[in-house]
Amino acid sequence: MQPYSIFSLARNALSGHQNWSKAWRSPPLKKRYDVIIIGAGGHGLATAYYLAKNHGITNVAVLEKGWLGGGNIARNTVTIRSNYMRDESIPFYVKSVKLYEGLTKELNYNLMYSKRSMIDVVQTYPKLREIKRRMYNGDLHNSAYERIEVDELRRRIPYLTGGGPESRLPILAGMVHPSAAVCRHDAVAWSYARAADDRGVEIHQNTEVLKLLRNSTDGSINGVETNHGTVYADKVAVVVSGHTTSITDTIGLKLPLKSFNLSAFVSEPVKPIIDVVVNCPDIGVYLSQSDKGELVIGGAPDAGQSFRRDIKQHVFEDAVCSMLELFPSFKRLKLLRQWGGTLDIAHDATPIVSQTDVQGLYVSAGWWGGFKAVPAGGYTLAHLIAKNEQHELTAPFSLNRFKRLDFILEAGTTTAT
Amino acid sequence: MSKDLFRQPQGGLIDRSQTISFQFNGTTYQGYSGDSLASALIANGVFLTARSFKYHRPRGIVGSGYEEPSSLVELIGDEESGNQPITRVQIRPGLNARSVNCWPSPNFDLMAVNQYVSKLIPAAFYYKTFKWPNWHFFEPSIRRAAGLASAPKNIHHQGHYETRYAHYDILIVGAGPAGLIAALQAARSGARVMLADDGLESGGSLLSQHVKIDGKEAIDWVRETTASLDAMDNVTRLTEATVWAYREHNLLVITERSPATQNVFQRSWRVRAKQVLIATGAIERNLVFANNDRPGVMMASAIQSYVNRYAAKPGKRAVLFANNSSIYAVARDLRASGVELVAIIDSRSNVNDLPEDLQDIQVFRNYVVEQCHGTKRLRAITIKNTETAEKTKIDCDLLGISGGWNPTVHLFSQSRGKVKYDANLATFIPGESVQACQCIGSASAIFTLQKVMQDAVQKTLQALDLDQSNAILLPQLEPEAEYSIQALWHVDLNESLCSKSFIDIQNDVTLSDVHLAMREGFDAVEHVKRYTTAGMGIDQGKTGNLNVIGAIALKKGCAPDEIGTTTFRSPFVPIEFGALTGTREGSVYLPYRHTSITQWNKDHGAEMYEAGARWRRPGYYPRSGESFQETVNRESRVVREGLAVYDGAPLGKFEIKGPDALKLIDMLYTNNFDSLKIGMGRYGLMLNEDGIIFDDGVTFKLAENHYIMSTSTGNADAVNQHMEFFLQTHRPDWQVKITTITTQWANATLCGPKAREMMQALGTDIDLSNEAFPFMAMREGKVGDFKARVCRVSFTGELSFEINVRSRDSLALWETIMEVGMPFNISPVGSESNHVLRVEKGFLSLGHEADGTTTPFDLGLNWIMSKTKTDYIGKKANEIRLAENPSRWQLVGLLPDDPNELIDESAPITPGGRREASEGFVTACVWSVVHNRVIALALLENGQSRMDETIYIRRKDHVVTAKVTAPCFYDAKGQLLRS
Amino acid sequence: MLKISCPFCGPRNEVEFVYGGPLKDRRPDDVSQIEDSTWINYLTVPKNPLGPVQERWWHVRGCGCWFTITRDTRSHDIIESEVES
Repeated sequence: MQPYSIFSLARNALSGHQNWSKAWRSPPLKKRYDVIIIGAGGHGLATAYYLAKNHGITNVAVLEKGWLGGGNIARNTVTIRSNYMRDESIPFYVKSVKLYEGLTKELNYNLMYSKRSMIDVVQTYPKLREIKRRMYNGDLHNSAYERIEVDELRRRIPYLTGGGPESRLPILAGMVHPSAAVCRHDAVAWSYARAADDRGVEIHQNTEVLKLLRNSTDGSINGVETNHGTVYADKVAVVVSGHTTSITDTIGLKLPLKSFNLSAFVSEPVKPIIDVVVNCPDIGVYLSQSDKGELVIGGAPDAGQSFRRDIKQHVFEDAVCSMLELFPSFKRLKLLRQWGGTLDIAHDATPIVSQTDVQGLYVSAGWWGGFKAVPAGGYTLAHLIAKNEQHELTAPFSLNRFKRLDFILEAGTTTAT
Repeated sequence: MSKDLFRQPQGGLIDRSQTISFQFNGTTYQGYSGDSLASALIANGVFLTARSFKYHRPRGIVGSGYEEPSSLVELIGDEESGNQPITRVQIRPGLNARSVNCWPSPNFDLMAVNQYVSKLIPAAFYYKTFKWPNWHFFEPSIRRAAGLASAPKNIHHQGHYETRYAHYDILIVGAGPAGLIAALQAARSGARVMLADDGLESGGSLLSQHVKIDGKEAIDWVRETTASLDAMDNVTRLTEATVWAYREHNLLVITERSPATQNVFQRSWRVRAKQVLIATGAIERNLVFANNDRPGVMMASAIQSYVNRYAAKPGKRAVLFANNSSIYAVARDLRASGVELVAIIDSRSNVNDLPEDLQDIQVFRNYVVEQCHGTKRLRAITIKNTETAEKTKIDCDLLGISGGWNPTVHLFSQSRGKVKYDANLATFIPGESVQACQCIGSASAIFTLQKVMQDAVQKTLQALDLDQSNAILLPQLEPEAEYSIQALWHVDLNESLCSKSFIDIQNDVTLSDVHLAMREGFDAVEHVKRYTTAGMGIDQGKTGNLNVIGAIALKKGCAPDEIGTTTFRSPFVPIEFGALTGTREGSVYLPYRHTSITQWNKDHGAEMYEAGARWRRPGYYPRSGESFQETVNRESRVVREGLAVYDGAPLGKFEIKGPDALKLIDMLYTNNFDSLKIGMGRYGLMLNEDGIIFDDGVTFKLAENHYIMSTSTGNADAVNQHMEFFLQTHRPDWQVKITTITTQWANATLCGPKAREMMQALGTDIDLSNEAFPFMAMREGKVGDFKARVCRVSFTGELSFEINVRSRDSLALWETIMEVGMPFNISPVGSESNHVLRVEKGFLSLGHEADGTTTPFDLGLNWIMSKTKTDYIGKKANEIRLAENPSRWQLVGLLPDDPNELIDESAPITPGGRREASEGFVTACVWSVVHNRVIALALLENGQSRMDETIYIRRKDHVVTAKVTAPCFYDAKGQLLRS
Repeated sequence: MLKISCPFCGPRNEVEFVYGGPLKDRRPDDVSQIEDSTWINYLTVPKNPLGPVQERWWHVRGCGCWFTITRDTRSHDIIESEVES
């Protein structure tokens, strides 16, 4: 893998940057692999990397119907955090944050990882109560979360001028999660892809899986049918976010997943005004400012199942109204771009990392808020595929929980995904 | 005077009778009414107006409208509003603007040093470096250097924002020639028409061209047409109004930047149109060659606009460079304006369409511009013969470029129509429509005026489903040459010149950057865009994106259609956030619910809380000198020892009637209601089909097949939905109707040992004795002057009478109660003391113990789970759960070893108080006035079998111990309730 | 914002309605007779098609009726709209 550093940059500058090599190969598609990963998104690429790095499994093909990293990893609001509610969830996200923190060095790629705290702006007592539960549970698992009073909150977010005592919903307190961070989402995909490719993993773009194939003898998975022919493998992982059921439907496998649309938007770039991630759970909006200066803002998901990747005008306007309630000066700021992505959510709103009733078939899905989970999601799925047993961090995320209706209900998940 | 050197003595659409002074980068200039900031500066000979984003290269004005990729300004003072393209600011008295991203000025910018390290900072350089020690070290300076304009701080402006909905038969986007004639056709056919145009006035491209329509100047035809349209009732014509989004089901969003209505600052419309005609015209794309970003290099169509519309002269010695025939009209107009046109560089081979009147101009066929010379201003160009490679240098200070025309397909693409590549036109054109819309005119890749108007009329007829007999007459037009083009995605250059050839001017992306991306394996168009950031600036790449696609195609050796386009995203131009929300602020955006007593509460100093379903409810009524705890203690005591009253109006109430009413109630609740007698009520627990506790409340039987169900305040809407859903979708055959009566009935609840005496003092015809009116009964009659239904329900555990009256009587009832209650020292109490009292009783509270994840078995509510009913909503789910017997948390009471330390809700209980996974948490903790100590309720793993055990609660800084007890601290047998 | 045709009120904006999830079979008269695994599927596994889905909406800010539409999840095209009979 060609190293990236200020030295290699300078050296290459002398030759007009003609000597940079490809970040990943485009090898021909073989007939057989040890593992097929469907989906070259954040989770798929991370899984491929950890299969190679942690388990020495390199005869792996990642099959991507579009362009590498072109799914939700290409269009999200980049919030990385671990302040979840349930004991079953928190350790997983703590691990993911930890992996993220070391990723730039490990992958020799600047992810522009910026730890900057997330601050919840709390405006009702029921929400304060719910967030306190997260605070206490977080403390049990080394995910810090602390209360700050209103004047400290305003000091840290000077543009937050709304929510005063005479306003409709006065701010009661703030809750700070110091380990929250943001980073460049494309860099996460590209760095995992480059590192995985370097270790021998093959990434095949423009290769669409049309259906899963099963052995006629014992019904176990034996490969996939693609638009470039059949590819065989005894282990196939479906890591495609919103389109999971489209693939598993091809063999009639039932999964408790629904796909829906979540949209976000950015403002024009302006000089630095916000250096934390702000989350407003009582009114349904969250935002941060990118290094380019654009405010990155998100709100609630759309109602109804959808693959349209669009914007519902009323949902969007509500997010803007909410933002302006607390940041009235943003009325003069301009919307620059907006987009939607397809996520899937499990019946209990907790992700699924699991083997299935079909031997050799693995699923990683139900990630609504999957960007923060990319490293740990890949790490644990690689473990599951390699050893056929759950990593302890994702044992609760197994599909088996549904057989007992033993839901892991993240009650009142914050709007920030 | 410079004013005269760069302004034509007459002509243009400006109003020379109104001179306007304005400031730019600290200098005062003069312009005319109708000038944009760009045209006024050009007319003042100002050509260096910006510094580029990354390299801080000197830049000038490139375009004339929203496609402007180069010069951004911010306004100073009351008008401040972030980044504005210099071409979209109208000058007005007092205007004060400055260039963004350069300091102290574009002329002398300290960050210009970036140019000299440009080799170290190609596209995506930041991924390869800035890693050590970490990104944080570099981030603050990078963030300060980025970001362009400052965020506006104030919102001083006259007026407010407004939003509207509207429905039209036909929405026409763009009032250029196509849009205007389409509007005329549609309006005369009787349709309800909206015509929206982004420009200061309607006319589109006709405002910038010298063409004759019906023998008159185009602008005259435009003004006559708009006058006709304005005279028709069925036409709404908007100017300075951008249609910026096309959503599903033909919903489009428009924002008017400057409505005529006084005090309306900006107005947004959500328009549902039966049919949409997209007449958005076409945008010219630039050409890619070395130093194509120097001040003085301008889009040819922009030059045409500046000379024709604004009567300005953007230079003294001009050259034009193009790969298509549209350049010749520009040549003609440029020459007529008095600017010296030295040469035309036409890159096409085998073309012979030079108009007769331009035969005297030197035309270099088969030549391209290789590079520009001059730094702060263009001073010469080097051109090269594409066959012989022979080079020539030409002195000039203005270079007009045209790389061809792209139909403005953004909205069409947003509608989910697909675009397709047309090799003849060397651009992407609209394909099949998916929603009820069509592109007309140049937006559908038609480039001669005659054909544009024909096309517009025909498609309007189609849209309105009318035949040819309805077609209006087209005006007389002059003959025009067909548009012809030969693709030139970039000039063929060595790599060193490629690194100075800008393919996206706004984000400083060069041709080298595109090649670098592809060299590293990023060759999908979206990869190139993200790697280089081409097309991601404020202009969203309007003039450059197609060249990126072309450059990729050339490098890969395939056709542009194989590359495809990147996704067109809304908004089409940046839109102010305030314009989206109108007057939806505060309680208009977040309406709250209140009762007739709310004002009384406020007048009597109640602290109001936001309760469920946005009800405003009193939390407590502080008296002067009291601390919060003292108030709550006082209120709790008065309920336990004397007499209190609270407003229960927000509780959900539903009337359920019909032969199947009991069947419904038995299906909704976990317990049995068969045996409920008329005049009696029963507490019911409601689950969702997953078996999780959903709601609770008391349901009364008024008569056979006639019940009144009450629910919690916060869940009333959800329960309504749940019941209607069940009935209408699963049991449409059941005969039962539900009527929501939540706000039709209000109540005041008297509670405390003196409640019965108080009822007697109020005067009532209801027999209040315990035998005639037992606990959980409901009686109708008069209380005082009011017709009422009185219920003996209790959330506090004390003797209570809930007096239900018509809503309109509730304030009068309340005031009567306060008056009659004076001798009893009656006290109003709020939710805080209610909370204390219910904790003492161990009563369930939604949101505390039932948090959306608990089942009734978790809370030890086995007594309310009917064993005789075979089926009710949620039953089977819990059976499945219990069959596997996972360990579950159960409701217990806690007596902390320290009787005085209040423990916050949510504090976790862990084994030994260690920092590990919890085995429970505190759901409520209050000071008990009955026991004079702290008590708590908690959910604890296997709690019911751990009575008297000591458990450990982790607080913020220390661990607290407590003893596990039964979850009831007062009157476990409920004797007081039943007294 | 979808334009949804209420069977009684005609086409109205989406904000007048509440979404009620994809269609499920009629809840059996006596669920206690159903196999556990069947019931688990009924509760947790929805249809999630890349294409037309039947789903329910409630006209809460209008006539109050629940009805079913068939909507394409890729394009939002609404193909059909009907009330339960």
